[in-house]
Amino acid sequence: MSEEIKNIYHIAQRAMGAQLVRLNAIASNLANADNIASNPADAYKPVKPVFETKYFDLIRKKGISTVDAVTVEKMDVDPIKEYKPGHPMADENGFIYRAPVNVEEEYVDMLEASRQYQNNIEVISTIKALMLKTANLGK
Amino acid sequence: MINNIKQQFEVYSNALGLRNKRNEILASNIANAATPQYKARDVDFEVELARSLSVGPMNTTSGGHIALGSKNLPGKIQYREPLQPSMDGNTVELQVEQMEFAQNTIRYQTTLNFINSKLSGLMSAIRGE
Repeated sequence: MSEEIKNIYHIAQRAMGAQLVRLNAIASNLANADNIASNPADAYKPVKPVFETKYFDLIRKKGISTVDAVTVEKMDVDPIKEYKPGHPMADENGFIYRAPVNVEEEYVDMLEASRQYQNNIEVISTIKALMLKTANLGK
Repeated sequence: MINNIKQQFEVYSNALGLRNKRNEILASNIANAATPQYKARDVDFEVELARSLSVGPMNTTSGGHIALGSKNLPGKIQYREPLQPSMDGNTVELQVEQMEFAQNTIRYQTTLNFINSKLSGLMSAIRGE
């Protein structure tokens, strides 16, 4: 993760990597939505990546930065307690614990992440076209 | 003679370099569109171009004045004023950045076209056809 940012391709590449981490987290949240556990400690907790700006710190290139997903953190939310005495996973008091995944929130997050991934692709293809034109200068 | 040809291209090459640098900055903004507390940045193209041609605001009018040191000093990179500030402290507005990026790209290509026509003009002058 400590590779240096040399040019515009590195900027977009790492930003896309960060968005992919975000999409992975969303996918695992959605896959585990409504998972059931028999005690609160075992219940699935939704995960969210933490984004951090990475600067290119050579003085010549100030203002150039990209983003990294530095960690993926578990959200501090309590599982949903439900009274279902007949359930095979129920504890001795008859409770089950559902994973507290907010599906709507995850969907919106997923749309935003994919939109931002596409933006970075757009940057790359534009820059690629510009560089090819520059390379063909005077022909 | 060679210097003459160099002078013909100076403004274009400086403009291309600045446009490229600005593209990098705008790409950084787009990359950080979802980072909390990130502040969008940009350069003032006209000011930077004038400075790179050393006809900037700091002219020397007496022997005791110190002229601008190097043409290649890093430019002044400013922070963008957001139209709609957001709660997480991020000042990137995707639509603004995309418009700026598109505009900057078009202007880069226009500069390339200027260089191309300059080149073909010089070539026909050299050939004398």
